[in-house]
Amino acid sequence: MRKYFDSIRRIAGNVVTVNAMGVTYDELATIDSAHGQSLAQVIDLEGQQVSLQVFAGSQGVSNNDRVRFLQHPMQVPFSDDLLGRVFDGSGRPRDGRGEVTGKLTDLGTPPVNPVMRRMPDQMVHTGIPMIDVFNSLVESQKLPIFSVPGEPYNELLARVGLQANADIIILGGMGLRHDDYLKFRQTFEEGGVLGRAILFVHTAADPVVECLLVPDLCLAVGEQFALQGKRVLVLLTDMTAFADALKEISIVMEQIPSNRGYPGDLYTQLAKRYEKAVDFDGAGSMTVLACVTMPGDDVTHPVPDNTGYITEGQFYLRHGRIEPFGSLSRLKQQVNGKSRDDHRAIMDACIQLYALCRESREKRDMGFEMSDWDRKLLKYGTLFEQRVMDLSVNIHLFDALDRCWGILAECFDPAETGIRRSIIEKHWPAGADESPAEQPAEATA
Amino acid sequence: MKARIVAVNGNLVIAETDGRVVQNSVGYCIHSDGTRLLSEVIRVRGHLADLQVFEETRGLKVGDPVELHEDMLSVVLGPGLLGQIYDGLQNPLPELAKQVGFFLKPGVYIHGLSTTQPWEFTPSVKPGDTIEAGDSLGTVPEGIFTHRITVPFGLRGSWTVEKVAPAGSYTVDAEMAVLADGQGAKRSVTMQQNWPVKRPLSVARRRLLPTEPLVSRVRIIDSMFPVVRGGTYCIPGPFGAGKTVLQQITARHAEIDIVIIAACGERAGEIVETLRDFPELTDPRTGRSLMERTIIIANTSAMPVAAREASVYTAATLGEYYRQMGLNVLLLADSTSRWAQAMRELSGRLEEIPGEEAFPAYLESRIASFYERAGALELRDGTVGSLTIGGTVSPAGGNFEEPVTQGTLKVVGAFHGLSRARSDARRYPAIDPLDSWSKYPGIIEPDAMASMRRLLLHGNEVRQMMTVVGEEGTSIADFTAALKADFFDNVYLQQNAFDEVDAATPAERQRFVFGKVSEVANLDFEFTDKAQARETLVAVTDLFRNWNYAATDSEEYQRWLKAIDQFIATKGRKV
Ligand SMILES: Nc1ncnc2c1ncn2[C@@H]1O[C@H](COP(=O)(O)OP(=O)(O)OP(=O)(O)O)[C@@H](O)[C@H]1O
Ligand SMILES: [Mg+2]
Repeated sequence: MRKYFDSIRRIAGNVVTVNAMGVTYDELATIDSAHGQSLAQVIDLEGQQVSLQVFAGSQGVSNNDRVRFLQHPMQVPFSDDLLGRVFDGSGRPRDGRGEVTGKLTDLGTPPVNPVMRRMPDQMVHTGIPMIDVFNSLVESQKLPIFSVPGEPYNELLARVGLQANADIIILGGMGLRHDDYLKFRQTFEEGGVLGRAILFVHTAADPVVECLLVPDLCLAVGEQFALQGKRVLVLLTDMTAFADALKEISIVMEQIPSNRGYPGDLYTQLAKRYEKAVDFDGAGSMTVLACVTMPGDDVTHPVPDNTGYITEGQFYLRHGRIEPFGSLSRLKQQVNGKSRDDHRAIMDACIQLYALCRESREKRDMGFEMSDWDRKLLKYGTLFEQRVMDLSVNIHLFDALDRCWGILAECFDPAETGIRRSIIEKHWPAGADESPAEQPAEATA
Repeated sequence: MKARIVAVNGNLVIAETDGRVVQNSVGYCIHSDGTRLLSEVIRVRGHLADLQVFEETRGLKVGDPVELHEDMLSVVLGPGLLGQIYDGLQNPLPELAKQVGFFLKPGVYIHGLSTTQPWEFTPSVKPGDTIEAGDSLGTVPEGIFTHRITVPFGLRGSWTVEKVAPAGSYTVDAEMAVLADGQGAKRSVTMQQNWPVKRPLSVARRRLLPTEPLVSRVRIIDSMFPVVRGGTYCIPGPFGAGKTVLQQITARHAEIDIVIIAACGERAGEIVETLRDFPELTDPRTGRSLMERTIIIANTSAMPVAAREASVYTAATLGEYYRQMGLNVLLLADSTSRWAQAMRELSGRLEEIPGEEAFPAYLESRIASFYERAGALELRDGTVGSLTIGGTVSPAGGNFEEPVTQGTLKVVGAFHGLSRARSDARRYPAIDPLDSWSKYPGIIEPDAMASMRRLLLHGNEVRQMMTVVGEEGTSIADFTAALKADFFDNVYLQQNAFDEVDAATPAERQRFVFGKVSEVANLDFEFTDKAQARETLVAVTDLFRNWNYAATDSEEYQRWLKAIDQFIATKGRKV
């Protein structure tokens, strides 16, 4: 079969149409132009006309440039040599080191058979009380962080990556600012995890559609490690950039948009990626944590909205804190029943009291009089925000639970917390209430 | 019939042929490596056949052969469907895993029924009998059910039994009977038959008006917004509001013979939960594993989109099949929006003129004809069977003013709208008691129900006023009404899905509790100050909550009931 074709018929947006024969759907191609070589993928076949999505953009492509079809879909070489390396959005080394060789793995392969999944049951400890205590992250969960530009969502991702104790960490950057990329790198390096991390980074300076491959690269590599029994953590930022690239292509292809210019298959496209998160029955797992910036801080915008319908909960990052309301880990009940017997009780009580505190604050702000109970709640709210909600807090789950008990005891009588009597008796800090404090018995042995 | 691919765009393939093409017939697009991808003809234009491919089209090219068949996309019907986990095209997923491992593989199709499992057949006809389509030739026991082996539903006219297999053990492909039509035509019948999924299966004397309540054991549904056997209902709600959990609870507790769960374009993890849990759970009504009454159709969000479109029809067909046995079937589809989106994707590729939000113009009629497949039937032998359909809807942005929700509301008999405000406040199930409605009769006397509804409305008005005028500006009577409405909401409409007892309330207990709740709501407390009103209603709320958690007729149950009766007698005043 002939491999080169040079009768390019149409160049529009980032889509190039060329006359060619024997080309398969989804196949990869390269286009050599004066500006260098770019990868392209077949997105439409009509008779002899082959339409390609050009990842580096069509800028500089001329109608007699050469298109070479590679006769396979997009692939990534898979081997342990990927660890510690940095690649660009097309999978080429970005760290000045050589190409990696390894088993070539297709991107965008068929999904896992649901019966080969197991029920996830391992908690991922992050050291962040708003996650560990209130919305536990669970191995194999797919969870986005909903945020707006300016919030420290990338710092949060990096921190979770560092502390999550995964075997392999894969970072996928889409439209990432170069500074943020360097920060990720630095954090991983200082944290001593760079050796088990792989970075696929598409920066804001790169051609926009080149970021389309990033999630697939990360997930294909992650899936291979998971099949080897590894616990993989994939961090994707920012999935809104990915969705916007999809939008751009669909507009060039003259697809009818469904909602605010986004293609009708946005849900399917996102789901195909997020659903790669898996706990294999008989192998490892892949957890996916993603950043989704909400244009206009609007959660009903098609990108966060479709994401919410796909993922297993969401964290709202607002004013530098993980919001206790709206944030949800749908898998938390799989793990928080067996961590410690007071975990669920603390989770419920602290949030309910914090909700009441917000009501009291509203009343105060409207000029209504504050009762004793209101004042207790106000004090509680302040302490809770300082000692638990603040993102700089970094403690183990058990310490966080103890800290919550401390705050409750500082502000309330046991009965006011609404916590079951049996749990109170076991965990209420000694000496904090009017009951005669028992001295902790010194070890007698 | 042979054809050749001339274009590929996503899951749409255009093939050129000189021969005959039947609309909605199946075809296979054949990959150069020999893989055969199941497809369906969805449009014919001259020599061109447009096919939707039920697999990813990666690797197909112009010039590849297409095989066009005459038959429609069908499922196989027969004993052994119960307890199965299928994909949208009726491939048994556990079997598929055995053959191809962790991942699904395009082009691998497995027969929907086991051909090796024997079934104990008892004939119910004898040679010489005259029969028609849908009549029973005999039965086999399938778990707790008597599975009718029927004359193929597609047969026309009267036939005479020439031969029928004696009682004994047979596999689904064995000949069970030979029928003759008197004009020389003969027909061999096995225990299995095919049926095209997009054609409703209904062979009956007549269609009945559905009136018998389907008890879901979810109080807010059964008492306030009831569903009937053979009826239809929908559950729209924003993400995370509790649609799936509500369906899971219903699948577990509903008083129905068979449940079909159609996971249509949703998370694979949710199906894993069901298929790991159900075999372990016993159905209290039968003492058998819940899985024995359940069929799962899993075409999750990462699975091919066209098969997602087919999956709801596959589920409906299996439901209709068991209805033909005089059984009551409940089909739960999660989410019909994903099905509608699959139609939208395809319509876009066909370059049809789009309607609102790019959905095709025929969206509403498709939704209507899907829900029309529900219904209660009086079969030819006088028995009654029913198929109830409940579908979730996932509206963009949680806004019900969108085509799928609106199209669905026009055709269903009950609407259980979930609200973000209620789910955020952890008031589960988050069905909005002010917006939801049902046109069906329920288990509670209509006047009593209407009176509680008025209370809720009144309470809501008072609450809204209070945000402006404050507690101070509210009369004690209004204030008390608001507290009573909260009380009803807290102890009756809300239900703890994770408590063993509270998770499911049988009809009889619902009626009894509803009576007690109404008594409290109708009490004239004659409160003099608001603090007293609040305290009193907090106290009675606590009594009812604890009562809800007590197993029916247990000692604890009686104790709380006594306390409640005393409360009512004294209007909550300490004596
Ligand atoms: N009845 C309930 N009792 C307790 N918790 C519930 C209940 N219903 C829902 N939840 C909580 O809300 C979460 C989301 O519920 P669910 O998965 O049913 O939402 P959904 O409406 O199906 O969302 P989506 O549209 O994204 O699929 C659950 O994981 C659970 O934590
Ligand atoms: Mg759901």
